[in-house]
Amino acid sequence: MTDQLSQAELVRQSLKRRYRKEWRFRTYGILAIGVAILALVILFTDIISKGYTGFLKTTVTLEVPLDPELMYLDDPTDPEQIRMADFVAPLQQALLNELPTAEKGDRRELGRLMNSYAANQLRDQLQANPDWLGTTRTMTFLANTDVEVYVKHKDDEAYSIKLSDQQQRWVDELVDRGVVESSFNDVFFSSGDSRDPSNAGIAGAIVGSLLTMLVTLCLSFPIGVAAAIYLEEFAPQNRWTDFIEVNINNLAAVPSIIFGLLGLAVFINLFGMPRSVPMVGGLVLTLMTLPTIIISSRASIKSVPPSIREAAEGIGASKMQVVLHHVLPLALPGMLTGSIIGMAQALGETAPLLLIGMVAFIVDVPGGFFESATVMPVQIFLWAGSPELAFIERASAAIMVLLAFLISMNALAIWLRKRLERRW
Amino acid sequence: MIKLKTAFASVAVAGAMAAVSTPTLARDTINIVGSSTVYPFATVVAERFGRNTDFPTPKLESTGSGGGLKLFCQGIGTQHPDITNASRRMKPSEFKNCQSNGVKDIVEVKIGSDGIVIASSKKAENLDISLKHLFLALAKEVPNKAGDKLIANPYKNWSEVDSSLPNKPIVVMGPPPTSGTRDAFVELAMEGGCGEIAMIDSMEKKAKEQVCHSIREDGAFIEAGENDNLIVQKLNSDTSAYGIFGYSFLEENSGTLQAAVVEGKEPTIENISSDAYPVARSLWFYVKKAHVGVVPGIAEYVAEFTSESTWGNNGYLVDVGLIPLERNARMQAAKNATSMKTMTGEELM
Repeated sequence: MTDQLSQAELVRQSLKRRYRKEWRFRTYGILAIGVAILALVILFTDIISKGYTGFLKTTVTLEVPLDPELMYLDDPTDPEQIRMADFVAPLQQALLNELPTAEKGDRRELGRLMNSYAANQLRDQLQANPDWLGTTRTMTFLANTDVEVYVKHKDDEAYSIKLSDQQQRWVDELVDRGVVESSFNDVFFSSGDSRDPSNAGIAGAIVGSLLTMLVTLCLSFPIGVAAAIYLEEFAPQNRWTDFIEVNINNLAAVPSIIFGLLGLAVFINLFGMPRSVPMVGGLVLTLMTLPTIIISSRASIKSVPPSIREAAEGIGASKMQVVLHHVLPLALPGMLTGSIIGMAQALGETAPLLLIGMVAFIVDVPGGFFESATVMPVQIFLWAGSPELAFIERASAAIMVLLAFLISMNALAIWLRKRLERRW
Repeated sequence: MIKLKTAFASVAVAGAMAAVSTPTLARDTINIVGSSTVYPFATVVAERFGRNTDFPTPKLESTGSGGGLKLFCQGIGTQHPDITNASRRMKPSEFKNCQSNGVKDIVEVKIGSDGIVIASSKKAENLDISLKHLFLALAKEVPNKAGDKLIANPYKNWSEVDSSLPNKPIVVMGPPPTSGTRDAFVELAMEGGCGEIAMIDSMEKKAKEQVCHSIREDGAFIEAGENDNLIVQKLNSDTSAYGIFGYSFLEENSGTLQAAVVEGKEPTIENISSDAYPVARSLWFYVKKAHVGVVPGIAEYVAEFTSESTWGNNGYLVDVGLIPLERNARMQAAKNATSMKTMTGEELM
């Protein structure tokens, strides 16, 4: 009797301790989540606070006098004359007209407010519209990167302003008059890389990423699914298939740079394919994503209940009919989810592409699978390493674009799973 | 189910086609590889070239000087690069490698100089240091007080090295051994400094090189990765630290950073181009003559690079931090480049 009482007493005494233990355990869990969320918040605030200005461009809108004498040009269709013509002078003159305080001797200093490729833009537009010669046109140009940095970050100590005091006063005046304006940065989404931050865009990298991903998807999805079906449904259970299975699982954990080395050795050195092209990039990333797709496809085939197979076999379906008509459609949502996650992983990959030459300065937007290209994470890497401070905001803006792509791919995977998945 | 099957079939066919059709294309874009130090200059030239001519913009890969020369010397043919940039001169062994792979005619172009600076935040005390003291502060092993044997670097504070230096702990961030900047720093600064120490100077060549080239690993020297921007950011937040990187990064951040005076010379454009500033090196590029005329635009690219408006005193490369050659040397280099004068191998000896 006394023994039993002390038993109950013991339990009561330990109760407090056990509650405390549970409370501690839950607190640890909450703390862990808190740390994770904090890290995420820090990451996002850092990227967004640094990068949102990357989505703004600074433009200069001028009344440009297309005076033949100023440009030493009387026939814009003559390539020889175009080459010898002076396209900077009209821009300087236009700025001089806007700024009553500036004097003729300031032309050179004024010209520095214009983008380094403003003269090229003027030349191209004049070549396209020869009849503009002799008229005065309202044209919009990108501002010089130094002007852009000044307009955006004049109060930010991290940026060094490279304009002289005189130039700063001019820019302030031009901003007041609405000549210098900030607007949405469409250049960022429509042009390729540039060494001048104000002209740099992510279009080349986006197209490069899409081309590379297309190759990866077209190869890794059918190969992965076919391999998974064979291994799961048809392959005999023996030492060979065990060996293959272990190897596939191992491959999923191999560092991605190894696949880059393999790609360099096989596709470029052995098959003689060109460097830096989306085709080779796609092949390398295919190798990298295949294990992920095979493993997830096998898991989703496994999760199809045996009763479905047995029912199909029961009414006389052949093995192939069972697989193609019943197992595959039911396993497809899981396979798609796995593939999309594998593709998202491949989209963010840089290391293997380094070795096959896709980490390169490429200005022209690629037009096919065999044209030089980079991908988005590589572009971010290249900009983050550039000496120009204005590239930092571009890099952060590009990170946001990449994150948007990744989030929408993952959202698609979740949506597909929610919509197509069946529970038994 | 038919739909599913056709969908599958079309994906599989597309995949197979993409895998099989690998045409060997004649290349019309110039391929350039090489030094990450020359990269910021060469990219500007390449982009201008692309915008101002009808040729496509050349493709540039930053592979490092050694990696670039290796790719360059692999052979003749469009799968190999046309031009390689280098932040040091080609080595005789590399020239031999090129020759044995059939890359016989190489045009060498010296484009200018780059200084390596030891910078700190403007809020910090600036260093005024000699190469000898720099070596003593950063070497792995230094002579002991008596000067008769080598000991592990005992200096914790700059002032322990020499009383003229600030009384602050030695914290220097610099590039890792894979970087060309590190090679140049070791060769120019560390080697220059250790040559002034009689005890090390009298050692035999191999052992001397070993001592001169070793940077301390006890935490005073921090390897900050290839990304010079990272060092710049860290210097802004940590005013007790110093950073080692190329002159162009100093110029870009002149608002917040200052550079150490080395051997009494400030790293200015004048001092670097006249070789008065001791930690400066020359930049080069090499052209494969056999590709001129095969890949369109190579001669025009070289002409663009070597024109006065590009690399001259008022050229656009100066705006991005290149330190130009002196005018006579520049004129001679431009003449040799445009006439495609090839190397004999003698000049490297």
